[in-house]
Amino acid sequence: MNGFDDSVLTLLVVLPFAAALALILWPGEGEQLRPMKWFSSGVALATTALVVWILLRFDYTDGAQYQFISKTDWLEQLGIGFDLGVDGIAVAMLALTAIAFPAAILIGWNVDARSKDYLILLNLLVGGVYGTFVSLDLFFLFFFYEIAVLPMYLLISFWGSSTSFPRFTRSKEYSAMKLVLFLVGGSVLIWVSIIAMFVEADLNTFNLVDLQRVGFDESFQKWVFPLLMVGFGLLGGLWPLHTWSPDGHVSAPTSVSMLHAGVLMKLGAFGIIRVGIQTMPEGAEAWAPLLLGMGAVNVIYGSIAAMSQTDLKYVIGYSSVSHMGYVFLGLATLHTLGVTGAVLQMFSHGIMTALMFTLAGAIYQTSHTRDIGILSGLAKVMPVGAFFFAIAGFASLGLPGFSGFVAELLVFLGLFQTYPWVGALAVIGAGITAVYMLRLLAKVYFGETARRWESLPDLKLNETLVAGTLALILLVVGLAPFFLIDVIREGVRHIPVVTG
Amino acid sequence: MNVNFSLLAPEYVLVGVAFAVLTIDFMLPRRYRFHLSWFAAGGLVLSAVVAMIQRWDAVETLYGGLFIADKFGLFFFVFLTILTAVIVLISHDYVRQHIRQPGEFYALMVFAAVGMIGMAAAGELLTAYVALELLSFSLYVLVAFRRDDAHGNEAGVKYIVLGAFSSAILLYGISMVWGATGTTYYDGISEHLASNAGNLDSTLILGLALIIAGLGFKVAAAPFHMWAPDTYQGAPTPITAFLAVASKAAAFALILRLFTHALMPALEEWQVLVGVLSVATMVIGNLVAIVQSNIKRMLAYSSVGQVGFLLVGVAALGHIEGGAVIPVTLASDAVILHLVGYAFANLAAFTVVITVSNHIGTDELSGYSGLAKRSPYLSLVMAVALFSLAGLPFFVGFLTKFYLFTAAAEAELLWLAGIAMVASVVSLYYYLMVVKRMFIDDVVESDDTPLTIGIPRLSWMLLGGLLIGTVLLGVYPQPLADAVSAASGAILPGV
Repeated sequence: MNGFDDSVLTLLVVLPFAAALALILWPGEGEQLRPMKWFSSGVALATTALVVWILLRFDYTDGAQYQFISKTDWLEQLGIGFDLGVDGIAVAMLALTAIAFPAAILIGWNVDARSKDYLILLNLLVGGVYGTFVSLDLFFLFFFYEIAVLPMYLLISFWGSSTSFPRFTRSKEYSAMKLVLFLVGGSVLIWVSIIAMFVEADLNTFNLVDLQRVGFDESFQKWVFPLLMVGFGLLGGLWPLHTWSPDGHVSAPTSVSMLHAGVLMKLGAFGIIRVGIQTMPEGAEAWAPLLLGMGAVNVIYGSIAAMSQTDLKYVIGYSSVSHMGYVFLGLATLHTLGVTGAVLQMFSHGIMTALMFTLAGAIYQTSHTRDIGILSGLAKVMPVGAFFFAIAGFASLGLPGFSGFVAELLVFLGLFQTYPWVGALAVIGAGITAVYMLRLLAKVYFGETARRWESLPDLKLNETLVAGTLALILLVVGLAPFFLIDVIREGVRHIPVVTG
Repeated sequence: MNVNFSLLAPEYVLVGVAFAVLTIDFMLPRRYRFHLSWFAAGGLVLSAVVAMIQRWDAVETLYGGLFIADKFGLFFFVFLTILTAVIVLISHDYVRQHIRQPGEFYALMVFAAVGMIGMAAAGELLTAYVALELLSFSLYVLVAFRRDDAHGNEAGVKYIVLGAFSSAILLYGISMVWGATGTTYYDGISEHLASNAGNLDSTLILGLALIIAGLGFKVAAAPFHMWAPDTYQGAPTPITAFLAVASKAAAFALILRLFTHALMPALEEWQVLVGVLSVATMVIGNLVAIVQSNIKRMLAYSSVGQVGFLLVGVAALGHIEGGAVIPVTLASDAVILHLVGYAFANLAAFTVVITVSNHIGTDELSGYSGLAKRSPYLSLVMAVALFSLAGLPFFVGFLTKFYLFTAAAEAELLWLAGIAMVASVVSLYYYLMVVKRMFIDDVVESDDTPLTIGIPRLSWMLLGGLLIGTVLLGVYPQPLADAVSAASGAILPGV
């Protein structure tokens, strides 16, 4: 590999942080907003270009190996190194981030209040996300993981919105604090596991590749894996610790919801694979039934809860909980088909949710309500919005031709190989999804157009652009998933415990 | 005995500076006296330079082991004098506004620095005690410096009464240890403990417990922390910073040397005790901090919480494997690193507090509402400082906590590390509440001071330095970690 390949991952991680720093130092506030927005969009596209470069240069015949490896000693005393590298799984996640980040920045153009700070925080968040996906050192993986979580607090509590229910109001500050405390609380479990691994391995290193080779004691694996599963699972919305997630999604401003449901929750599932299953295969085997059970509740409970929501974003929020359930189910199969399906579902759900939140945001911004009871017949005034929402809805309920179908199919196939009964349950979950998605579509977009909505504008240019791109990707991956599946499967295959 | 008095040259410089400050104070016209800060700070830095030149490679003892000049002592010499110099400069604008006797104020801080250095260098209990008293007496006066202020008086009285009380306990403990072992030298105690392992006199155990309690008072470990909030609140804010950062660092230097040099063989006797103390301290400090409405009190409880984290490191100084005590070098590294990181973040926070209260005239938390609108710079520094204290990544606090908890796990105290992490999450809550006030809330309406907060140039630069330090050490810690390892290598020889 040439010099650029060695440093491309470093560049990818450093770029968003450098952009954040540049924005902090950028003098002036209000009058210079547009250049700042252009600058951020440029940075976002530059990271996307880097990811495209990685996708082009990645050796797909050898997705099981970490590639683009770069190693830098960082702290000798603890054996911490700034070690980066990607395998097939991480590449799929990079692709997802590379799509979601520019989309979020573009949607973020709508934000005018203190948008400099907004852009700084978005850049920090994305830097953390990229960092987590490419870190091969547990210290840095944890470091970036925390960075990805923390900007959410300010993003939600300043730019977010509160939700009024008949009996109470869910304030954005509450949601933000709940989110942060849940996630940081979960990271305590991760932290304990990390240092336990460091001490148990006794190699004086936090390097993940080295630790994956150690082959920990079975008893050690059995007590550490559940900590990792719950700690990372929390961020993935694992039942029963998912309650922060709908609140957080709903209260966040549109572009943050996109990043959060689209990318951030995937960090949790990614962590379970990378740190959990890959380093603790026997632990994973022992605890897979529990993960399976929790995942199944995620699917069913999430979809039933989504059905009973009256707020547009809460429906999407709970549908995220339900869809992440398929990810956990897929992981719990520990079968190539299932795990590949899980990772593909992470990708597909990321794109799909980002699309849904874009459209929900567009409605909220112009109508100032998200109440499904009030919204009706918007298709007449927002035909473009309706079109894209239909696509997102179809992808969500798993209609063939969209990426969601392929991902869920793989998960089901994996389940039928291992736990057929749960597979049946998961199919029922998909059925419920169809019910609430179609009902939502029918209620909000079709039917009689209330008079108050007759002058509602359609999507803005930036929204159309983002929605179009995201919808196109859903379709392309749905029709030709082979490329992505191959990459992911290569990455999945090298996990020792995965069969099939 | 051949005594090399020139070894003490850096200490002579410091004492000379202190007396010079007192003398020049008489000669200067009253309105120029606050400028003595430059002289005092310069003198402190000069002594650090002299120490570095003279002791770079020195491993020497004076008076047969009373005073030890080694890398550990040198590290703390430099660290504590620089720290004092920074606090002297932080007080510059405060003294100008509030203090009528600048000469005494600065001179006492320099004397306190001499005491602190003695604490880090002492190789014998009574020397350590005398050095500690030199620090304490300087602080008794400094804490009560605003004698026309009710809170100041309360702070002074509480500090003196409880300080004297704890000194007595410490001294009582020392006398018992002397009674049981016949020596007050660290080496002698260590030998005694090693040769009587598993069969220790109950007087000795009681003496150790009293010493731990006495030092617990000094560092404000729960349940001996009751003086801290009132004292922190009432003391002049630069002195609060001094109490919270410098005197604590010195006390931990003393603790580190004492526990490694002298008490290591009796690890079994004190490890659990220190562990329990640390749990109580982390829990109480961080929980009570949540309900505070005064920023100085909140920082007081937060610093109690931080002491809890440091005590985790002290408890992890060794572990027992097959009946033998194995020292854990990571732990002493971690304690020192955490002290340095904590110093940067906490000084930044206190500098913001001083600047804000000079402007709005109060230390109530409500005064921080909407700070981001009044001064983006101050709120940025404050946020970074608090995030670092909370142990969030990018800032030095994340690394030092990671280091501490890894060391605890290395000493088979993973449960303690787990509790500490939970406490750390709790601390995030109240730090975030302040951040929320600054960035999300609006300025309170009753506040009729001018909206924009002006920052004196000196404070602006200090804030910048502390900010850069907090971030830089968080992303590039290797040089500091090497220096710290060298220091802790002097008290804990590698395994």
